[in-house]
Parts: sequence; structure tokens; C-alpha cells
Amino acid sequence: MSQSFKIRKGYDLKLVGAAAQTDMGAVSASTYAVSPLDFPGITPKLAVKAGAQVKAGDTLFFDKDRPEVKICSPVSGEVAEVKRGAKRKILAVVVLADSDVTYADHGALDVTKAERAAVAEHLANTGVGALITSRPYGVVASMTEEPRDIFVNAVQSGPLAGDLAYQLAGKEAEVAAALKALTALTTGKVYVSQADDVAALDCLSGEEVVNATFSGKHPKGLVGTQIAQIAPINKGDVVWTVNAIDLPVIGRAVLSGQYVPEYKVAVTGSKAINTGYATMLQGVSLAAFNSANINLDNTRVIAGDVLTGTKIDAEGFMAFGKSQITAIPEGNQTEFFGWVLPGFGKFSTNRAFWSWLFPNRAYDLDTNMHGEERAFVVTGEYDKFIPMDIFPQQLLRAILIRDIEKMEKLGIYEIVPEDFALAEVACTSKLPLQQIVRDGLNDLRKEMM
Amino acid sequence: MKFVQNIFDQTRPLVEKDGKRNILYPLHNALETMAFVPDHTAHSGAHVRDAIDLKRTMVTVIFAMVPALLFGMWNIGRLHYGAIGLESTLIENFLFGALKLLPLITVTYAAGLGVEIFFSWKRNHPVNEGFLVSGLLIPLIMPVDIPLWMVAVSTIFAVLIGKEVFGGTGMNLLNPALTARAFAFFAYPTWMSGDQVWINTSGGDIVDGYSGATAMGDLATTVGQGLGNPATETVMAQFGPEGTYSLMNAFLGLIPGSIGETSALLILLGGLFLVFKGVGSWRIMLSFFVGGLVMAGIFNVFAVNEFMALNPIHQLMLGGFMFGMVFMATDPVSAAQTETGKYIYGFLAGFFGIMIRVFNPAYPEGIMLAILFMNVMAPLIDHYVVEANIKRREKRLANA
Repeated sequence: MSQSFKIRKGYDLKLVGAAAQTDMGAVSASTYAVSPLDFPGITPKLAVKAGAQVKAGDTLFFDKDRPEVKICSPVSGEVAEVKRGAKRKILAVVVLADSDVTYADHGALDVTKAERAAVAEHLANTGVGALITSRPYGVVASMTEEPRDIFVNAVQSGPLAGDLAYQLAGKEAEVAAALKALTALTTGKVYVSQADDVAALDCLSGEEVVNATFSGKHPKGLVGTQIAQIAPINKGDVVWTVNAIDLPVIGRAVLSGQYVPEYKVAVTGSKAINTGYATMLQGVSLAAFNSANINLDNTRVIAGDVLTGTKIDAEGFMAFGKSQITAIPEGNQTEFFGWVLPGFGKFSTNRAFWSWLFPNRAYDLDTNMHGEERAFVVTGEYDKFIPMDIFPQQLLRAILIRDIEKMEKLGIYEIVPEDFALAEVACTSKLPLQQIVRDGLNDLRKEMM
Repeated sequence: MKFVQNIFDQTRPLVEKDGKRNILYPLHNALETMAFVPDHTAHSGAHVRDAIDLKRTMVTVIFAMVPALLFGMWNIGRLHYGAIGLESTLIENFLFGALKLLPLITVTYAAGLGVEIFFSWKRNHPVNEGFLVSGLLIPLIMPVDIPLWMVAVSTIFAVLIGKEVFGGTGMNLLNPALTARAFAFFAYPTWMSGDQVWINTSGGDIVDGYSGATAMGDLATTVGQGLGNPATETVMAQFGPEGTYSLMNAFLGLIPGSIGETSALLILLGGLFLVFKGVGSWRIMLSFFVGGLVMAGIFNVFAVNEFMALNPIHQLMLGGFMFGMVFMATDPVSAAQTETGKYIYGFLAGFFGIMIRVFNPAYPEGIMLAILFMNVMAPLIDHYVVEANIKRREKRLANA
């Protein structure tokens, strides 16, 4: 069974600095860090103290409200430091890695025989449950919920996204095991979405899943778009979403009981001296890697893509849940009468600048806002980038005035911040749409809990 | 450009919070951000942004108005010299027009921006770009001979009551430029209608056969006279192929009227530019035109006077219809905000515009009133469009 969908609304953001298909080798470092800020919906409570010895796969912290949501250490070693910010907010747990990694042994799981509860518990304990996102709210899933369906997203269509086939090569067994485990977790269906412009991966097309093919423009690679096409979320529904690139980590935890969040990370962007794929564990210190491979002069290093990624320091750590590094110039320069000039070289999603004459040009974009924040003025602008049956501006207004009932009616359950990322890029009024959506979801969740 | 930056840097301490001229901070900030797109970088969400901002959007609208503005300028001079029987060159027409129009524009900007800057200072927010467009629209929809103080008062009223009391740009219910015109129209009716205000006749003797009336004013005299009445013959002859208000003259704009509204051709050109640039809504423009055409067509079929019997296309080329369609109805803030709503809003605005104009000849500018009326109705239209989406969602939930 296979369905195919064409996404007509959207935009393919073309940037320079795509990853060459070269292996940049493995990246390792003496320190690793896991930041609770990478896990939406979690109030972290530490499971370890500074100085404690941990194995890879031991819990570093868990969610205060849902203790079954555990975040584990990617390596074994000594907890060197718990970094805190204002009001003692935990910013990161830093682990000083051993030279040889020892793994916490959670045992292998035979998914063909295990009960749902056993599978869920295994994923929670091995830490890979944190790779699963729960909607509505777009938070880390609790393995005790029972999702209506599970959506696996194998479409990587974001700016400078890596080549999934290359990134998953050699991990087919783990992928298959992960899909089997996911099937055991829901009484509904497991949908796997693949892009039509790349060869379908056999390991993702197992019998137990429903395949869907997406063509057209980004955001075809956002799972929210896919859900809206396949089976929209209604009030009261809970669905889970998983990125295909995370499947090997889940699969390995199933097959061997070990937590190894290792990825072939696509290194991209105009400021990357070397582009390609580097193998690294999540949380690894990027200090040495960045100084060797990225031109750090006035550069923004992003874990993820330019639409939804997290800004990281040059000496920072690889963020959780990301399999791409993008390095682009900071745009901290002024421009003399930039808003009047014809703008032959300016990136714009509409024709207000004369760059529309060159629709296929790849841009070297910087982080400049190109203007100041304003109230909503232009209408119908966001609709062009959000291929869902919702009214984005009306929904945003409902969020801004904290009208919970209206948010529900206008479909807030169907969206997470990333669904508004393209609209945020295009927004004439420079409004922080993703932040607004995140705040709205947080308010709603607080109200419902 | 370093020296420009230096000027802003040196004057900044004066206008900052504890500075002596803090009231000028919004002006300083507005000028600085105009001269230099700020060096702000993305801090949350997406790391790259579109080059467009509100300034670009607004300046695109201004560019679209330039042809109509230049034509209006020339037309002021042409009508002036024609009325007093003098030969004039293109340059002379322009110069005379500029002499009349530039003070209007200056006064409008000064009055409107004055209010904006005061509110920005009081409310502690930057000056918004909205008035860049309003400030140019207002002079273009005024008669040439209106006293400057009336323009100033109307502008201040429009910005204050039409916009700032609602919270500023983006929050207003009514189109500010039309609010200004409506205020002037009702407050100073003798300066806004009749046959004395549309052509400047100073400095010379009026030639024989001169009429200062607009096409709308003349058509209004035919109401109540019935069809084919010999009394209306002289008036209707002017709308014939050889007349002053012939279809061709109305299309090209060679007729008296508000400064910028006469040339349908150049307004349409501006409209196409806006649509192409993605700044103006083609949905509104198209449905507005169709709405006007339908109403004018209905009148044409059931005509009981010459005004109603006028060829529908000719009807739409006269008065403020085209200008309202391209520059007034399309204001994104006061128009309907949903794409479906825009069709309904535009259609009804065009439809009612022609209806008011013909049914109530005391208000020859029915378009203005129709658009203002639809501005008020737009949230209602949007409400029903959004409600349909909500219903769809509820239905899906019920079927799940």
C-alpha cells in the first residue's frame, strides 16, 4: 500500500554549501554535553551529580512531570559539570569521556515476542525514547502514552539537507529493527514518508508499515506537512513522529540494548571550509572540529538547518536530534538604503526585489533580519508556505491574545513551530513566528495538564 | 556612507532616553533605519530572512503610484491653462501642477508624520511605514484647490482617529487615506464637490463654455430626468465619442477630478505592477472590477435615467473607481484578510460603490463610502470564512 502526495505550497530555499559526498571521518572529543534545552516539553531533574561515573546509556536527567522520559549519556565517563544559568536553570550536563566507552547493558529486545509495554519500557530505559516526538505540542514523547499512529519521516528537503541514503548506508538491520519496534508501540499504523526525487530505501519499505511518497516543494520534508496530508491530527489525538535518520539509534538499542546516538552529520554552509559527512556522537564537543573545518570569522554555526536549527557556539557541543551542521556568515552589517535599491542579488520569496529574474540562483545568505519587527500588515503571506488547511495569521493572533479556545478551533493541535519556519523567513513584519507557536503550545499544554 | 552614519551616531545621545531631545527619538530612529537597513541578526527561529520588509512593501506601492501622480500633476496644469484659455507646453503644465501638488504632499506628510512621531514617542515604539503610502494617497484624492489647512486637519483626523486610537499601523479598521477624504468631504463639502474646486482658474479670465464640473457632477444632474429627456442631451453629449468625458478621455484621464484618480490607464499600470510584485492583491482588484461591472450592468439593463444607462465600462472609468480598486481597497490592513474573503470584500466594494454613486447623486464619490463600509464589514466576512474552516475541523473530529 502506498500513497503519493504533491506539495504545491512551499519554497525550496537554495543555498550554497551543500555537503559533498565525502567522508570526513569520525569526530571524537574529551568532553560531551547534553542540554535540556534541546528537549522541548521537559522540566529537567538531574539523575546524577557532578563527579559521578556514568556509562553510555545511563540517565543524566529526566522529566520532573514524566519520570519515564529519560535523557541518557552518549558516552561513559565522569560527570564533569552541570552548567546552570539564571535561576539555576540547567543549561547542560558535561561528561568527561573515558578513552574506551563502556555501555550500560539494557539487554537485547526480541520485538517479535515482546508485549507493547515491554517495548515501551526498553525504549525509555535505553534513552532512545527521547528521539520520538509527540504531537500535539511537539514535545519529547512519553513511552507510556499510546499514540494513534506513528509517522516516520524519511524526506530530507530542508535547506542543504544531507543525503539520507548515504547517511543510513550500512545500518539497514538497525532501521528494520526500529521499524518493528515502532509497529509494536501503536495499535494504529506506522507511516513511512519518502521523497519521490530520490531512490526509495528498501529498509524503510517493510511490510508492517504504510508507505507514502512526497513530491513538490519544501516543507514536504516536515512531518507536520505529511501528517496533514495522510491523516490530520484531531483534538484528543496523540501521534508520534520519528525522523528516519534516528532509526539506527533506536534499532541498535533494540538489537543490543546499547545507546549509541551516532550520526553521519552533513557539514554544510558557505562558511564550511570542508563540506561532507562527519561521523559523530550527539553532544560531542565541536571545538576542534569547527576550528579545522569551518571558517569561524564572523560565522554562525547552526546545529541543524537554517530554518529550524539551533545556534551553537564555535566551542559548543553538537545539539541533540540534529544530523546537520550549517555554517553561514553573521549578517551584523548595515546596508545603505537597502530597501530602495533594485536588489538584483537579494534573496526574496516574492518579486519585490529584482532578483526574481534569477529563480534558480543559490544564495550565500547571512543572518541579517533585513528590517525591523512590525505588526501584522501584509496578509495571505504565510498561507503560501504552509500546506495545511489552517489560517496561519488568525491562529497566530489567537496565540498572541492567549485565547485557548480559539487556538484549538483554528487547529493548533496540527502544528509545531517548525511548520511555521518558512513563513517566518518570508514574513514582511519580521515576527518571531516559531517562538509564538512554541509559546502557544506551551500555554495550551500547561492548561491541559 | 560613513559620514551619514557619523551624523546619526553623533546625534544619538541627544535623543536617547535621558537626552534633551528625547521626543525626537522616533524621528531619529526612523531616519536612521531608512538610511541604513539595521545590522540586527536573527536571534530566534529561522536563521535567515527574506530581504523584504515593510519599507520595501510600502515603497513598492509608492512606485506604483508615481505614474498616476505625474499624470495628475500634468493634468492640473493642462486643465488650468485650458480653462483660462492659454496655450501651454508640457513643461509648463508640469510646473504649474507641481506648484499646486507639492505643497499638498508636503503638508500631508508633515501633519501625518507629526502625529505618528508623537504617538511613537508616547507609546515607545518605532515609527511605522504605513503613513509613507497614506501620505501620498491623501493628496491624490483631493481636489486641486482645497486649502492646505483642510488637508492638514483631515490628515490629522485620519491618523489620529482612523489609525492611532486603534493602536497604529496594522491595527486600524478603516483605510486612513479614505478616512481623511471622508472627513474632508463631510466637514468641508463646498470644497470637496461642485464645479469650483477641480480646476484651478486663478490668474486669468475663464474662457467661454468652460465648465469646472466633473463627470460625476454632470451625471448627477441627469438623475430624475428620465431616459431620453431632451434636457439632458447637452450633458450626455459630453459622454459621447466626441465629448469631454468620452470613454477614451476617461480612460486616458484627460478629465477633471481628484488629482490622481483620473487616468484609468496609468492607475491600471500601477495595479499591474503591484500585482506582479506580489504587493497588491489581484483577488481584490479583480473582484472589485467585476463587482462594479455587475452593478453597472444591472443599472444599464434596468435604466430609468441617463446615469444608469451609461455604458458599464465607461461607468467604471469615471470618478474614483479605478483608483479605489487599485490603491484603496487593496490596503491589506483594512481589507479582508483571508484569501476567500478578499473575493467577497472586493466584489461588494465595487458593487456598492457604483450603487451609492448612482442612487445618491449627492455622494458622487460612492466608491470612497463603499470601501469604507466594506472596511467595517471585512472582519465579518473573515469571521465567516474562518468559521467555515473551524466547521471543517469539527466535522473531521466528529467523523474520526
